[in-house]
Amino acid sequence: MNGRPDAAADAWNGVLVAFSGIVKTYGMGDATVHALRGIDLVIRRGEFLAVMGPSGSGKSTCMNILGCLDTPTSGTYLFQGIDVGALSREGRALLRRHRLGFVFQGFNLLNQSSALENVELPLIYRGLQPRERRRKAREALEAVGLLDRQSHTPGELSGGQQQRVAIARAMVIEPALLLADEPTGNLDSGSSREIMELLTAFNEDRGITIVMVTHDGNMAAYANRTIHFLDGRIDSEVQNGDEPT
Amino acid sequence: MIRETLLLALRAIRRNVLRSSLTILGIVIGVASVIAMVTLGGGATAQVSSEIASLGSNMLQVRPGQGFHGPGGARSAAPSFDRKDVEAIRGQVYGLEAVAPVSTAGLQAVSGNRNWSTSVLGTTNEYFDVRDWPLGSGRIFGEGELRSGKAVCILGTTVGRELFGDGDPLGASIRLEKLACTVIGILASKGQTSFGQDQDDVVIIPLRTFQRRIAGSTDVEAVYLSALDGVSTTSVKQDIEGLMRERRRIAEGKDDDFHVRDMQEIVTALTGTTRVLTALLGAVAAVSLLVGGIGIMNIMLVSVTERTREIGIRLAIGALERDVLLQFLIEAVVLSSFGGIFGILFGLLMALAGARAMSVPFILNPGIMVVAFLFSVAIGVAFGYFPARRAARLDPIDALRHE
Repeated sequence: MNGRPDAAADAWNGVLVAFSGIVKTYGMGDATVHALRGIDLVIRRGEFLAVMGPSGSGKSTCMNILGCLDTPTSGTYLFQGIDVGALSREGRALLRRHRLGFVFQGFNLLNQSSALENVELPLIYRGLQPRERRRKAREALEAVGLLDRQSHTPGELSGGQQQRVAIARAMVIEPALLLADEPTGNLDSGSSREIMELLTAFNEDRGITIVMVTHDGNMAAYANRTIHFLDGRIDSEVQNGDEPT
Repeated sequence: MIRETLLLALRAIRRNVLRSSLTILGIVIGVASVIAMVTLGGGATAQVSSEIASLGSNMLQVRPGQGFHGPGGARSAAPSFDRKDVEAIRGQVYGLEAVAPVSTAGLQAVSGNRNWSTSVLGTTNEYFDVRDWPLGSGRIFGEGELRSGKAVCILGTTVGRELFGDGDPLGASIRLEKLACTVIGILASKGQTSFGQDQDDVVIIPLRTFQRRIAGSTDVEAVYLSALDGVSTTSVKQDIEGLMRERRRIAEGKDDDFHVRDMQEIVTALTGTTRVLTALLGAVAAVSLLVGGIGIMNIMLVSVTERTREIGIRLAIGALERDVLLQFLIEAVVLSSFGGIFGILFGLLMALAGARAMSVPFILNPGIMVVAFLFSVAIGVAFGYFPARRAARLDPIDALRHE
């Protein structure tokens, strides 16, 4: 596998992700929690999708399933035509390794490692040689404008800078899908705008598909499309510029 | 990948130097005690062997009675040897260098107002050849002195010192009970046996003198003999056994009523004892290694809990179970190998100090060092596996949520 969409994916008419009837329940009997109650969703390549909704509406569960960190209880999830539900734990890990990038609200960088080492990390698991790894990681850091901070540890960087390092780490593998879970949730408005401009640039210039969870309508405005979750269902869907349906 | 994992492990250990050192303490102590015990044991065995060689490694002893039976056993019932037995052995057994009849008694030696309890040994000049024991000064017995049983004696250095202090005993007269004898020689010092017996605490007089003036019989207590170089002591032993059975008319199938003791036998018995002791201490050390291993497991479990979030990040960005497993396993192995290395160094220091204190030679045993090191690596693998597997099996979602 490699980071680029293959022939099979192209045959899918630009559809990257297809959810059909995705249900996720936790627990059993009376204690059963219905996190997702049947989601149908198609994400096309190159799309920038914002996901909104109150807490407990199922958007995090949806992100976990999208990110192949979790599997649906029922329904089908096709990623580039691959049935993710049929993959083993290892198969899903390999999919994450080669196709998916993650950006978290809490940055989730390794605190003892430098910015460069954090960005190198996914490449280590892809088995790249040190020289090649370092070159790619530097490129990624340069793309987020932090090449001069490459040897700083996360503790020595501001929140916005940390999140940019996290974006560089997600982008270094040239993912087919970048998942951002409230990437600006811990940042001030200035840093938030920087992060959003960075994400938009990656989406527009490199055609990276992005799915972003946010509580902030201003941030959602950067996306092409916004979906609202409510009680485990998609409540509404808005194309950028359109009025809510 | 391995290189990165190794660096990662070293970094994780360096981050917690104190904790890591305390963790490996158990392994250090275990390995150190194994190394110290085996090294000291090896030194002691070598020393015993060399001491026995100083007794004369090609020496044999023939005694009436069976082996190591105590008084009242077969020994008392067995008839003793006499001069004729000695002559028979000398004449009929091939490959002998020297044959010395020996009788002993514990007596009080007196000189002026000093006295000293010692063992008096009646023998011939051949005894010095058998024991390979030269005189320090003076002369050995003359032919006439031996034949007529003159009252002359040769002192061991301990007796000489106790009776004469710094004075020269040569030519002086000492009294052994009622026997007054002239000192004609002083033996070279031979030191202690490995049983802790002072070999220099002895007075040697002609056998005939001993038989007439002390024992009052013509019995010979034992025959000491040495084989020529290149002659196997085993074959000499067999020859003597055959000869003595014939002379003592022991019927086919009956047990010997005498015993031929070969030094090799004593070496085996002694090294056997050291080996048992080493094995015992080894078992103690194994227990402490086990405890050390449990310590490593404990700390690795704590480490996995502390680094749950890190594990979550790694799993999320594409680490496989086996990558995480390997990471923690290598960390445990690096820890335990450090324990092994420090343990070996520490053990060698202990052995060096112990060897000095016990005046035993310090003999390096590379084999046991390799074994101890491999063992500590194996401990790391065995006790690191469970925590590492726990880390690898973590659910990335839960791990990422962990604070």
